[in-house]
Amino acid sequence: MKPPVATLIHSGGPPAPEAKIVISAKRLSVWYGSSLALREVTLDIPCNRITSLIGPSGCGKSTLLRCFNRMNDLIPGARMEGTLEFDGEDLTSPGVDAVALRRRIGMVFQKPNPFPKSIYQNVAWGARINGYKGEMDELVERSLRRAALWDEVKSKLNKSGLDLSGGQQQRLCIARTLAVEPEVILMDEPCSALDPISTARVEDLMEDLKKDYTIVIVTHNMQQARRTSDMTACLMLDDAAKDGHRTGIVVEFSTTARMFTNPQDPRTEAYITGRIG
Amino acid sequence: MSTPATSSMYEPKRLGRRLAGPIFGALCLFATLIGVVVLAVLLGSVFALVTRYATSENWSSWLANVGGLSSYLGNLLSRLQSSDPESAGFRAGVFGSLWLLGMVTLFSIPVGVGAAVYLEEYAPAGRLKQLIQINIANLAGVPSIVYGILGLAFFVRAFGWEKVALGPTLWAGSLTLSLLILPTIVIATREALRTVPNSLRQAAVALGATRWQVIRDHVLPSSIPGILTGTILALSRAIGETAPLLMVEAAGSILRVPRGPGDRYTALPVEIYSYAKQPEAEFQTVAAGGILLLLALLLTMNSIAIVIRNRYGRGPRN
Repeated sequence: MKPPVATLIHSGGPPAPEAKIVISAKRLSVWYGSSLALREVTLDIPCNRITSLIGPSGCGKSTLLRCFNRMNDLIPGARMEGTLEFDGEDLTSPGVDAVALRRRIGMVFQKPNPFPKSIYQNVAWGARINGYKGEMDELVERSLRRAALWDEVKSKLNKSGLDLSGGQQQRLCIARTLAVEPEVILMDEPCSALDPISTARVEDLMEDLKKDYTIVIVTHNMQQARRTSDMTACLMLDDAAKDGHRTGIVVEFSTTARMFTNPQDPRTEAYITGRIG
Repeated sequence: MSTPATSSMYEPKRLGRRLAGPIFGALCLFATLIGVVVLAVLLGSVFALVTRYATSENWSSWLANVGGLSSYLGNLLSRLQSSDPESAGFRAGVFGSLWLLGMVTLFSIPVGVGAAVYLEEYAPAGRLKQLIQINIANLAGVPSIVYGILGLAFFVRAFGWEKVALGPTLWAGSLTLSLLILPTIVIATREALRTVPNSLRQAAVALGATRWQVIRDHVLPSSIPGILTGTILALSRAIGETAPLLMVEAAGSILRVPRGPGDRYTALPVEIYSYAKQPEAEFQTVAAGGILLLLALLLTMNSIAIVIRNRYGRGPRN
């Protein structure tokens, strides 16, 4: 039996009302060629909050995240339907300048992927290609400090970024993102390749960064979502999709506190209590 | 619970299994040795041919032989062509080949790398791209003589349109050789571009880089060792080619060093061929000496390729 989509979308209720909305998705669907990857997602990303996207593998968390900075453009055949509003612009429209958008909405990836260049160049490159006019040394230092990495690397800025440990590399990637002064930072399972200590450092960093940035994080780690985020969206595979394709839907979107203490959707409850997924 | 398997269910064939590995290894070693042995025999026979005439008959004095050989090769380098084996040399051919090398490098690298970058980084997947790919792969297998005929008809004669025909000049020869090695360069460059991890491209794109900025600052620098290695190997092939050059009338009887790209020329392999055709036995020595010069040039180029690969290919990648 196909559950009525509309009730699912609104089952979580609206986000905390005091926050300004930065990104707003309305009935956003994503197609890869002829297969529907994400069905009619409606959710609002609040400003200066951490919003986490949780759910089992293949349910479209990363796909949704990559809509926000148009990274899906790199995949041939990917297209969006519905609306996705950011700063008064609909990101689903083909006229959007994706290059300019990606400076404003930065991204940190699952596997640390520093450039095979020096630590300094890793941070400076993004700023330079975006035409940064200011004092570069100062920007590099500020970005590395903000990413809580400065003290560990200040004496070896000319060493390769690849010589750092995994956790340091990931913070270098965060510093690199901060250097282009984005408004939103998207994080795609940023800690899944890190040990618990490095993970804790990145989580502390996120908590610190949310004063100035809006963060959206995809995570498989439910404890991480619970610890770090203010809002949580739970995605699931759509049982109704019987045509062999795996279609993701948002089954619940609410404050993290409510999601983990009093989930409204039975599938969310089953997922967060570890019975499925 | 299923019953545990008893040992009688297994037939270990220990001896056979233990022997199979070493036998396979020995066969592989044999296959490797074939290549090495052939090269050694080839070099040995060429050396023997040169030393028989060029140096003293006294085989006990190895040092004298080496000295004699190198001074003989030096003479070959400084002499032009001649009908007298005593004063015959490869000066015109060596300079012709170096001119060809330089010009082919200038033509083939930009075009080949450009085509590969387009195919890997820009071309949308589809019929057209597939068609181009198959075409390039097939072109790499076309015999070099066919390129010679193309070069003759197109560059040398311009299908009879004399105003634009290049004639049997270095222009025509180097353009023909460039066409010959273009597919190899395209394929090698594409392989090199494919080794650049996508995570690197994504990292750059996510910072707001344009495609050109990603290619210029990340993709090309990361793939330069692979591109250079493949390109240098392709260039060595061009330098060793004889058939297409004979076809585009790189004359075997050119008595001077080319003065510019519009000049007539000869090339080292062409001169070797024309000396080897001579009936006098002494010319065989001259030809063998030319082969040594050509081999020295090719081995130098291949060594440069290896050095580049080792120097730049080492850094960690993800």
